[in-house]
Amino acid sequence: MEIQDKVIKIVSEATKVDASNIKSETNFIDDLNLDSLDMVEMMMKMEEEFGVEIPEDKTEDLKTINDVANFLKTAQ
Amino acid sequence: MNVQFNDLENKTVLVTGASRGIGKSIAIALAKNKAHVVFNYRADESSANELKEELQKLGASKVSAVKFDITNFDEMKTNLDAFVKEHGPISGLVNNAGLSKDQLALRVKPEDIDYTLNVNLKATMVLTNHLTRQFLKAENVSIVNMSSVVGLMGNTAQTVYAASKAGLIGYTKSYAKELSARNMRCNAVCPGFIETEMTKILPEKTQAQYKSSIPLGEFGQTSDVANLTLFLLSSASSYITGEVIKVDGGLYI
Repeated sequence: MEIQDKVIKIVSEATKVDASNIKSETNFIDDLNLDSLDMVEMMMKMEEEFGVEIPEDKTEDLKTINDVANFLKTAQ
Repeated sequence: MNVQFNDLENKTVLVTGASRGIGKSIAIALAKNKAHVVFNYRADESSANELKEELQKLGASKVSAVKFDITNFDEMKTNLDAFVKEHGPISGLVNNAGLSKDQLALRVKPEDIDYTLNVNLKATMVLTNHLTRQFLKAENVSIVNMSSVVGLMGNTAQTVYAASKAGLIGYTKSYAKELSARNMRCNAVCPGFIETEMTKILPEKTQAQYKSSIPLGEFGQTSDVANLTLFLLSSASSYITGEVIKVDGGLYI
């Protein structure tokens, strides 16, 4: 599975938003209504699933699905 | 009298400042409730081992001593992270470590303020904030911050101490609000005069004077504070958060 598809799957499961409604440019805060604490939890899920560490200060730059997928691609 | 809360069995609870006084009493009560008791120690490994053995004998499901000075933030983070990695998340925290250096306001030096605030307030905030990430993975998280009745009513020669303890109350309420959506609870306990090494050394006349100002007429026992703390750690208090509860025999009514 492509990294982006896997990210979408994880986000869909966590937010209960249908995967077909989550796109590359979907913004966590504006489109999915996540608050900052939700974001921390979401990134913790990514860390578990992908076995990488996402530094706390990096989290603020990860605003969209694409941002996360790109970060994970370089981190893995 | 000892309280028993079944859900504390196997619960991993970190108590800071557990070597004596109220902290030790809380650790003992947790051990009797079959919890996994975790405490920190600064340097004295043999005392830590003695306490470990004592708690184990009292029935603790497990006892762990983690080496860190609460004001050495790097050591604290490193050693707690290692602990969580090995044992899984901590779901109960008692921020009990604290100190008091009594002196008149006009004699308080800026560095005295730094020292007291660092130990009583900053260390609690740094420790709790750091553990928050792993709290998100734990269940029935409950935090108890040891404030003081002095933080509510003030006291002569305790301006700095009172400020630090009042600060803990603001922190407790804010943390409770921020993390309530994740089902984490945070409360503050305010002991009054409790019979400890600190009150034992007071001259009899002073003790009598203090007692006359307490409606229940006596100093409290460390177990009185421990009983409330265990209630707040247990799910028996699952609908209580951001609360400040005095254990003071009515001293501040």
